[in-house]
Amino acid sequence: MSNRTTIDARKAFCPGPMMELIAALKTKEIGDEVEVLSKDKGSSNDIPLWTKKVGHQLVSNEKIDDYWSIVVKKMK
Amino acid sequence: MKTRILIVGSGMGGTIVANGLARNLSHELRNGDASLTILGTTNTHLYQPGLLYVPFGRAREIELSRNERSILDRRVNFILDPAKLIDVEHNCVECESGKIHRYDYIIIATGSRLVPEMIPGLKEGAHHFYDLEGARKTREAIDNFEGGRVVININVPHKCPVAPLEITLMLDEHLSERGLRDKSEIIYTYPIGRLHGLEPVAHWALPEFDRRGIQYETFFNTKEVDPVGKTISSEEGDTLSYDLLITIPPHKGAAVVEASGLGPSGWIPTDPKTLLMKGSENVFVVGDTTDIPISKAGSTAHFEADTVIQNITHLVQEGRWARQYDGKVFCFIETGLSSGTYIWFNYETPPKPTPPTQMVHWAKLAYNRMYWLSAGGLL
Repeated sequence: MSNRTTIDARKAFCPGPMMELIAALKTKEIGDEVEVLSKDKGSSNDIPLWTKKVGHQLVSNEKIDDYWSIVVKKMK
Repeated sequence: MKTRILIVGSGMGGTIVANGLARNLSHELRNGDASLTILGTTNTHLYQPGLLYVPFGRAREIELSRNERSILDRRVNFILDPAKLIDVEHNCVECESGKIHRYDYIIIATGSRLVPEMIPGLKEGAHHFYDLEGARKTREAIDNFEGGRVVININVPHKCPVAPLEITLMLDEHLSERGLRDKSEIIYTYPIGRLHGLEPVAHWALPEFDRRGIQYETFFNTKEVDPVGKTISSEEGDTLSYDLLITIPPHKGAAVVEASGLGPSGWIPTDPKTLLMKGSENVFVVGDTTDIPISKAGSTAHFEADTVIQNITHLVQEGRWARQYDGKVFCFIETGLSSGTYIWFNYETPPKPTPPTQMVHWAKLAYNRMYWLSAGGLL
């Protein structure tokens, strides 16, 4: 069964939401999910692009109020 | 009743907290109403930002470290006995000697550590400058370099977020000074789709790289290094050959944090404003040890330490909180061997780099010496 952890990066100017996601995924098992909360609109474009390039799975990418919730599943 | 304050870790954050509390609580310490103890893992206090200059022969090693006792207020009880287990349920810490220290307030400032072994071949194939031994070896490698391809490879998470740009720009000028730049390629790799995690810094760096002919590979998350074939490969499927590989290795928090079950990878879940460990009322976390998604930098530890000093002082003396941490971070950025800029930001204000000047470079060099006043709690 997959585990899901959430990173609240809504105040993360540095190192930034995507860097937080990459660092978190390194510590996870295959099948685990990481949810990133970001106020940076760029995250909703960059993270899906990167996810596809690396070969992970984009589970969801939705805007909630003034932030985005992006969930990525580790596939490799 | 005596208030026992225990600090775990004698790096920058722990040392500043110790000296600040010693000054603010001098009355209580003198009367025996409070005690202040700091547990360290080494007698040597290293000014880590100074390591950046070592690979270029621009720092004397003797200037980078001092005896920890010599920079601590005499009212601080410094014990060289690394913590083995931090038991926040029972308000005590067991040290490697077996001695147990009890506390009313604890400040965990155990910092981060390099874990190049997380990437196959990285330790064997790459140089780094994030500790003194690594910086010395990088200096030797640069001294022996006679031209070819240098790959500067960035991994996450890591402390000192602007160091990757600094080492790259400084190397560019260093190779030019030695007449080797025309015979060399510099390729910078970064995990995300731009040159730096901070978007304004990435926008500033891009034309600077282009102007200097520094190449870059973005979306490069290191998978492995082949030290024999001298290649480095990414999770994204790219492979680069190199003659000299300089890396920023990935980091983890202190092993004692993981061993104590306080946070995965050694980072403690921390309230970003109170700096209390989440769910706790007497466990403060300072510096690299927090899981707050901001820079792991000396200035972060310094500004967090200021907040914790004020809050513990007020809690002890008046039973109330003083203030919250606003996420403030300040970083000098060396943009070569004789120019620099800086950024500052907090939770609400993004950074905005200004054009580099020689004056900021001099300010950075001056701060390198004034650091000891910061650590001593005077600046």
